[in-house]
Amino acid sequence: MILARVVGNVVATQKNERYANARVMLCQPVSLEGEEIGATLIALDSVDSGIGDTVLIVQEGWGASTAATKEPGAAIDSAIVGVVDYIDLLADEDKGVRR
Amino acid sequence: MQLARVIGTVVATVKNDSLEGRKLLVVQSLNARLEPQGAPLVALDAIGAGTGELVMWCRGKEASFPFRREDTPTDCTIIAIVDSDGHVTGGGVR
Repeated sequence: MILARVVGNVVATQKNERYANARVMLCQPVSLEGEEIGATLIALDSVDSGIGDTVLIVQEGWGASTAATKEPGAAIDSAIVGVVDYIDLLADEDKGVRR
Repeated sequence: MQLARVIGTVVATVKNDSLEGRKLLVVQSLNARLEPQGAPLVALDAIGAGTGELVMWCRGKEASFPFRREDTPTDCTIIAIVDSDGHVTGGGVR
Protein backbone atom coordinates (compact mmCIF):
# COMPACT_ATOMS: atom_id res chain seq x y z
CA MET A 1 0.00 0.00 0.00
CA ILE A 2 1.16 3.52 -0.65
CA LEU A 3 0.52 6.74 1.23
CA ALA A 4 -1.16 9.54 -0.69
CA ARG A 5 -2.96 12.79 -0.11
CA VAL A 6 -6.43 13.28 -1.54
CA VAL A 7 -6.20 16.43 -3.66
CA GLY A 8 -9.47 16.40 -5.55
CA ASN A 9 -12.26 14.38 -7.00
CA VAL A 10 -13.41 13.57 -10.50
CA VAL A 11 -16.94 13.56 -11.87
CA ALA A 12 -17.63 11.43 -14.96
CA THR A 13 -21.25 10.85 -15.91
CA GLN A 14 -20.50 8.42 -18.71
CA LYS A 15 -18.45 5.62 -17.24
CA ASN A 16 -18.04 1.87 -16.98
CA GLU A 17 -21.13 0.47 -15.24
CA ARG A 18 -19.02 -1.00 -12.41
CA TYR A 19 -18.03 2.56 -11.50
CA ALA A 20 -21.66 3.44 -10.70
CA ASN A 21 -21.95 5.26 -7.35
CA ALA A 22 -18.18 5.24 -6.95
CA ARG A 23 -16.38 8.25 -5.52
CA VAL A 24 -13.46 8.88 -7.84
CA MET A 25 -10.65 10.69 -6.05
CA LEU A 26 -7.57 12.42 -7.39
CA CYS A 27 -4.60 11.47 -5.20
CA GLN A 28 -0.99 12.58 -4.93
CA PRO A 29 1.43 9.98 -3.50
CA VAL A 30 3.45 11.34 -0.57
CA SER A 31 6.52 10.25 1.37
CA LEU A 32 6.45 9.37 5.07
CA GLU A 33 7.34 13.03 5.68
CA GLY A 34 4.38 14.20 3.59
CA GLU A 35 6.35 15.42 0.57
CA GLU A 36 4.81 14.83 -2.85
CA ILE A 37 6.44 11.98 -4.79
CA GLY A 38 5.70 10.40 -8.14
CA ALA A 39 2.73 10.79 -10.43
CA THR A 40 -0.77 11.85 -9.46
CA LEU A 41 -3.25 8.99 -9.71
CA ILE A 42 -6.96 8.23 -9.59
CA ALA A 43 -8.35 5.89 -6.94
CA LEU A 44 -11.86 4.79 -6.00
CA ASP A 45 -12.84 5.55 -2.43
CA SER A 46 -14.09 2.86 -0.01
CA VAL A 47 -13.88 4.80 3.27
CA ASP A 48 -15.48 8.25 2.73
CA SER A 49 -12.17 10.06 2.55
CA GLY A 50 -12.09 13.77 1.79
CA ILE A 51 -9.81 16.33 0.20
CA GLY A 52 -6.72 16.91 2.35
CA ASP A 53 -6.82 13.46 4.00
CA THR A 54 -3.70 11.29 4.01
CA VAL A 55 -4.87 7.88 2.87
CA LEU A 56 -3.72 4.32 2.19
CA ILE A 57 -4.13 3.18 -1.41
CA VAL A 58 -4.09 -0.45 -2.51
CA GLN A 59 -2.70 -0.84 -6.02
CA GLU A 60 -3.73 -4.33 -6.96
CA GLY A 61 -6.77 -5.13 -9.03
CA TRP A 62 -8.50 -7.83 -6.99
CA GLY A 63 -8.26 -6.03 -3.66
CA ALA A 64 -9.04 -2.62 -5.11
CA SER A 65 -12.07 -3.93 -6.95
CA THR A 66 -13.50 -5.75 -3.92
CA ALA A 67 -12.83 -2.79 -1.61
CA ALA A 68 -14.48 -0.25 -3.90
CA THR A 69 -17.34 -2.26 -5.41
CA LYS A 70 -17.64 -5.36 -3.13
CA GLU A 71 -16.97 -7.61 -6.13
CA PRO A 72 -13.74 -8.55 -7.89
CA GLY A 73 -13.24 -8.24 -11.61
CA ALA A 74 -13.93 -4.57 -12.24
CA ALA A 75 -11.50 -2.44 -14.23
CA ILE A 76 -10.13 -0.82 -11.09
CA ASP A 77 -6.48 -0.90 -10.08
CA SER A 78 -6.40 1.52 -7.15
CA ALA A 79 -8.66 1.94 -4.12
CA ILE A 80 -8.48 4.04 -0.99
CA VAL A 81 -8.79 1.64 1.95
CA GLY A 82 -7.88 3.74 4.99
CA VAL A 83 -7.52 7.27 6.33
CA VAL A 84 -4.23 7.72 8.18
CA ASP A 85 -4.42 9.24 11.67
CA TYR A 86 -0.68 9.22 12.28
CA ILE A 87 2.52 7.27 11.60
CA ASP A 88 5.00 6.18 14.27
CA LEU A 89 8.52 5.87 12.86
CA LEU A 90 11.77 4.49 14.22
CA ALA A 91 14.49 7.06 14.83
CA ASP A 92 16.87 7.25 11.83
CA GLU A 93 19.76 5.67 13.74
CA ASP A 94 17.63 2.60 14.56
CA LYS A 95 16.49 1.92 10.99
CA GLY A 96 19.76 0.22 10.06
CA VAL A 97 20.01 -1.83 13.26
CA ARG A 98 21.67 -5.24 12.80
CA ARG A 99 21.08 -8.05 15.23
CA MET B 1 9.09 -11.25 -2.37
CA GLN B 2 11.73 -9.07 -0.78
CA LEU B 3 13.49 -8.44 2.50
CA ALA B 4 12.48 -5.36 4.43
CA ARG B 5 12.94 -3.64 7.75
CA VAL B 6 9.83 -2.65 9.67
CA ILE B 7 10.48 1.02 10.41
CA GLY B 8 7.16 2.15 11.80
CA THR B 9 3.46 1.70 12.32
CA VAL B 10 0.47 3.38 10.71
CA VAL B 11 -2.65 4.21 12.69
CA ALA B 12 -5.84 4.56 10.64
CA THR B 13 -9.11 4.56 12.57
CA VAL B 14 -11.25 4.88 9.45
CA LYS B 15 -10.50 1.97 7.17
CA ASN B 16 -12.11 -0.62 4.95
CA ASP B 17 -14.17 -3.03 7.09
CA SER B 18 -12.08 -6.03 6.06
CA LEU B 19 -8.94 -4.36 7.50
CA GLU B 20 -10.55 -4.10 10.94
CA GLY B 21 -8.16 -5.38 13.62
CA ARG B 22 -5.24 -5.70 11.20
CA LYS B 23 -1.82 -4.22 11.87
CA LEU B 24 -0.42 -1.75 9.32
CA LEU B 25 3.37 -1.43 9.29
CA VAL B 26 5.77 0.78 7.37
CA VAL B 27 8.40 -1.36 5.63
CA GLN B 28 11.62 -0.28 3.96
CA SER B 29 12.73 -2.76 1.31
CA LEU B 30 16.37 -3.90 1.63
CA ASN B 31 18.92 -5.24 -0.84
CA ALA B 32 21.21 -8.26 -0.32
CA ARG B 33 23.55 -6.14 1.82
CA LEU B 34 20.55 -5.09 3.90
CA GLU B 35 20.76 -1.52 2.65
CA PRO B 36 17.56 0.42 1.87
CA GLN B 37 16.31 0.23 -1.72
CA GLY B 38 13.38 2.24 -3.05
CA ALA B 39 10.71 4.12 -1.13
CA PRO B 40 9.06 2.78 2.04
CA LEU B 41 5.62 1.15 1.68
CA VAL B 42 2.77 0.31 4.02
CA ALA B 43 2.24 -3.43 4.52
CA LEU B 44 -0.43 -5.52 6.20
CA ASP B 45 0.94 -7.83 8.88
CA ALA B 46 0.10 -11.54 8.62
CA ILE B 47 2.66 -12.95 11.03
CA GLY B 48 2.97 -10.74 14.12
CA ALA B 49 5.94 -8.60 13.12
CA GLY B 50 6.97 -5.49 15.00
CA THR B 51 9.00 -2.34 14.55
CA GLY B 52 12.73 -2.89 13.97
CA GLU B 53 12.39 -6.47 12.74
CA LEU B 54 13.79 -7.87 9.51
CA VAL B 55 10.94 -9.43 7.54
CA MET B 56 9.94 -10.94 4.22
CA TRP B 57 7.07 -9.37 2.34
CA CYS B 58 5.14 -10.26 -0.74
CA ARG B 59 3.29 -8.04 -3.19
CA GLY B 60 0.44 -8.34 -5.66
CA LYS B 61 -2.83 -10.26 -5.48
CA GLU B 62 -1.03 -13.04 -3.64
CA ALA B 63 -0.56 -10.65 -0.71
CA SER B 64 -4.20 -11.20 0.23
CA PHE B 65 -3.90 -15.02 0.36
CA PRO B 66 -2.96 -15.21 4.08
CA PHE B 67 -6.26 -13.48 4.86
CA ARG B 68 -9.76 -13.92 3.48
CA ARG B 69 -8.76 -13.66 -0.14
CA GLU B 70 -12.21 -12.66 -1.35
CA ASP B 71 -12.32 -9.42 0.53
CA THR B 72 -9.00 -8.32 2.02
CA PRO B 73 -7.65 -5.40 0.03
CA THR B 74 -3.88 -5.56 0.30
CA ASP B 75 -1.05 -5.46 -2.22
CA CYS B 76 1.79 -5.77 0.30
CA THR B 77 1.85 -8.29 3.17
CA ILE B 78 4.48 -9.33 5.70
CA ILE B 79 4.67 -13.11 5.54
CA ALA B 80 7.76 -14.03 7.60
CA ILE B 81 10.12 -12.70 10.27
CA VAL B 82 13.80 -13.41 9.55
CA ASP B 83 15.47 -14.92 12.64
CA SER B 84 18.19 -12.27 12.67
CA ASP B 85 20.27 -10.21 10.24
CA GLY B 86 22.94 -12.91 10.55
CA HIS B 87 20.51 -15.44 9.11
CA VAL B 88 20.72 -13.71 5.72
CA THR B 89 23.81 -15.18 4.06
CA GLY B 90 25.43 -14.34 0.75
CA GLY B 91 25.16 -10.91 -0.79
CA GLY B 92 28.16 -9.66 1.16
CA VAL B 93 26.63 -9.99 4.61
CA ARG B 94 28.87 -11.51 7.28
